[in-house]
Amino acid sequence: MRQETGTEGSDRIRVARTRALRIGLPLLALVSVLSLFIGVIDLGPRDLIQDPEALRLIALSRWPRTAAALITGASLAVAGTLMQMLVRNRFVEPMTAGTGQGAALGILAVTFLLPTAPLFAKMAVASATALVSSLVFLAIVRRLPPTQPLLIPLVGLVYGGVLGAVVTFIAYQVDLLQYVGVWMSGEFSGVLRGRYELLWIAALVAGLAYLAADQFAIVGMGRTVSVNLGLNYGQVVLIGLVAISVVTALTVVTIGMIPFVGLVVPNIVARLWGDNLRLTLPVTALMGAGLVLVSDMLGRILRAPYEIPVGTVFGIVGAALFLWLLYRAPRHG
Amino acid sequence: MAERRLIPTAGLLLVAAVLYMTLGAGGNWGFVLPFRGAKLVALLLVGVAISTSTVLFQTITRNRILTPSIMGFDALYVLLLTGVVYGFGGQAYLDLPPQVLFLFNVVLLVGASLLLFGTLLGRAQGDLMRLILTGIIFGTLFSSVTGFFQRLIDPNEFAIVQVSSYARFTRIETDLLAIASLLVAGCLIVAWRLRHQLDVLALGPKAAVNLGVDPRRGQLVVLTLIAVLVSVSTALVGPVVFLGLLVVSLAHLVTPSAHHAVILPAAAMISAIVLVAGQTIMERVLSLATPLSVVVDFVGGLVFLGLLLKGLRR
Amino acid sequence: MIRVDGLSYRIGEQHILSDISLDLPRGGISALVGPNGAGKSTLLSLIARLIPIQTGRITVDDLVVGQCASDILARKLAILPQSDDIAPRLTVRELIGFGRFPHHKGRPGVDDRRKVDAAIEAFDLEPLQHRPLDTLSGGQRQRSLIAMAFAQDTDYLLLDEPLNNLDIAASRSLMARLRDLAEVNNRSIVVVLHDLNFACGYADFLVALTAGRIGAMGPPSTVVTSQMVAKVFGTKAPVIRVGDRPLVQV
Repeated sequence: MRQETGTEGSDRIRVARTRALRIGLPLLALVSVLSLFIGVIDLGPRDLIQDPEALRLIALSRWPRTAAALITGASLAVAGTLMQMLVRNRFVEPMTAGTGQGAALGILAVTFLLPTAPLFAKMAVASATALVSSLVFLAIVRRLPPTQPLLIPLVGLVYGGVLGAVVTFIAYQVDLLQYVGVWMSGEFSGVLRGRYELLWIAALVAGLAYLAADQFAIVGMGRTVSVNLGLNYGQVVLIGLVAISVVTALTVVTIGMIPFVGLVVPNIVARLWGDNLRLTLPVTALMGAGLVLVSDMLGRILRAPYEIPVGTVFGIVGAALFLWLLYRAPRHG
Repeated sequence: MAERRLIPTAGLLLVAAVLYMTLGAGGNWGFVLPFRGAKLVALLLVGVAISTSTVLFQTITRNRILTPSIMGFDALYVLLLTGVVYGFGGQAYLDLPPQVLFLFNVVLLVGASLLLFGTLLGRAQGDLMRLILTGIIFGTLFSSVTGFFQRLIDPNEFAIVQVSSYARFTRIETDLLAIASLLVAGCLIVAWRLRHQLDVLALGPKAAVNLGVDPRRGQLVVLTLIAVLVSVSTALVGPVVFLGLLVVSLAHLVTPSAHHAVILPAAAMISAIVLVAGQTIMERVLSLATPLSVVVDFVGGLVFLGLLLKGLRR
Repeated sequence: MIRVDGLSYRIGEQHILSDISLDLPRGGISALVGPNGAGKSTLLSLIARLIPIQTGRITVDDLVVGQCASDILARKLAILPQSDDIAPRLTVRELIGFGRFPHHKGRPGVDDRRKVDAAIEAFDLEPLQHRPLDTLSGGQRQRSLIAMAFAQDTDYLLLDEPLNNLDIAASRSLMARLRDLAEVNNRSIVVVLHDLNFACGYADFLVALTAGRIGAMGPPSTVVTSQMVAKVFGTKAPVIRVGDRPLVQV
């Protein structure tokens, strides 16, 4: 009898999660299809049959843009979750705690020193600097007293601000401010076929991270618990940081920084479904993809034919959601 | 003991000011002195406004690492400004004298921050974590809404807003100097008269009640002062994120005193020194293109991190 | 058997443990007692490889701590650390589920699920199993954490001051459960205790540490005397006997 209730109960979370996926996935598919038909050039479903140009437009611009938004949202949300587990604090995210600024610093350095380097090499440098800056952040965090959790997001903010100031300073001096503007504020309007494909690596990395979901969840419980359960703590932390850095660097270089996704989405998911990453990471990715895509679509619609950058729209949507969450939403369980 | 250190600090400020006025002037005093004088006054006003608002804010939140800027005060100012421009249309707005506009914005910010932060401080009493988080999110929310409005308004009208959206020290709105000086002076007088009550407020609401100071009333008065001071500094030079954090931390280091009678002037002078000396070095010595605010953010952030880690090791 | 051989540990110039050698028997409850700062928690953490060994050698059965792979030791030995630093939002059941990680490495099977059920049952956590940890009382949390260590299904179970923050009823019921685990499930339990009387009441073997050295070692009934209390704890307290168990009068 007891066995029965136990099994049934463990399924309850699973059922709730499955329901979230079952409602979320078709919804996401629907929104993605809608996204294909929103843009400066009028395009209706009927045109697909009548107008050969329509398919070209979709292949060249609309689908790449939609895919980029989906991948960015999903992988940033996953990266945010990983960061929160590694730092053991709910209120940090790569884009504000130095990882994004580190990536921008790296790409700025390559652009200035080796302007002819292939994109892939630039990416590698940006990922490396992102990794170094997250390692430094982690080293600082480890020295903060655990009794003051609110210090961590503040320190992250200041640390990110310092790195950002370095980026701005260098950009001013070597006259690359325009590039920095592109990296620092995320926008999907420039996404075309051939210009976003690197993002698929971010998708792959986020997918690979799911394989180690349990390990990351355990690391989130602290070093002692990890060691007790036989985990190589340092190794998991390093793998996590590499994943975060690659995702962040790829996003910064191809799209630009979109703050807040990595903060808001993991927090919503944790509040509603908890921290069992094996169960929740797919929901996190789904929600991140959906929110970013919807924000981008709103940005395309609201002031058509002009666009509002996705970061701005998400800043409003995400902040409103987060405040609601902070003051109202029930806790998980 | 701590009070004595105020005198060399004042001396240092004087030196910085003199250097700012005279360095590289090239003998054309008739032009240089009034021109630089106006900018010097502006820098002093901004420095004092930022340091005082930060000290006051740290007193009512009883936290040494918060500043009005981190909590989104200046983002709120820029948002209100943008909202007004969007609401009234730029031209009608431009036709008014700048002083009237400025006063209007000050009143708006005072109202909005009393409403927002007043209720927040009341509700989040004891839940500092939630308060800070809300503040940080407010900052993002305000600047996102501002960005949103800015996309909606005319590029010509946008120019009005842009002046206040980015920190800059080279071009300063000099036609607001007189009214800004009056406002800052008023705030300083009020803060100075409240200095002993502020010492009590810093002990926390329970201790304050016990010592006969109404914490709620104190909070509202202080919030009003902060809103006015933030309006002044943002209107003159735009948002400077980490200056408050930097100078107040330095002030606590230079004059380790819990008394507002010491810490207020110390922070104000250090803040003025940082701005005046920093601007002198950037403009006259290094001839750098980078705005001072970037350097202040960099140095301020580093000093903050350093102080934090050093303080913990002790 | 846990064998500690010539173990020393120091932080800077401060000697925490000095040349400790002891054998903790297989089976039963072994209690580590001693005054504050005697090095009890350090010894336990060294055995559980939570901190690296500086000098000396520790073996758990045939495994050498520090040399054998961490995940193999995780199937042999589990520790309940003193600091309660579990922050994530997990339900009791999810938390206990992670105790099975050393066995399934991320792919739980039927057997893992059964072990989790057994742990929940053994610690009376059925009504709480779907509650998030942060909604539990201190005692309930403590029970969940011990259940997690239990689900790890190791021969050795190490607990660092598990009675902290528990009232007398909860303390007694926890100790009775540990007795059960030792006798029925044939686990070897090593527990750091603050209260010497709890050690006298429930332990089979007792190690008293004082200033980083062993002050006394053996079954409580022979070891605990008023001389030993004076030597180890530095206080003169009479020791009386209730049945075959000693009792320190406070």
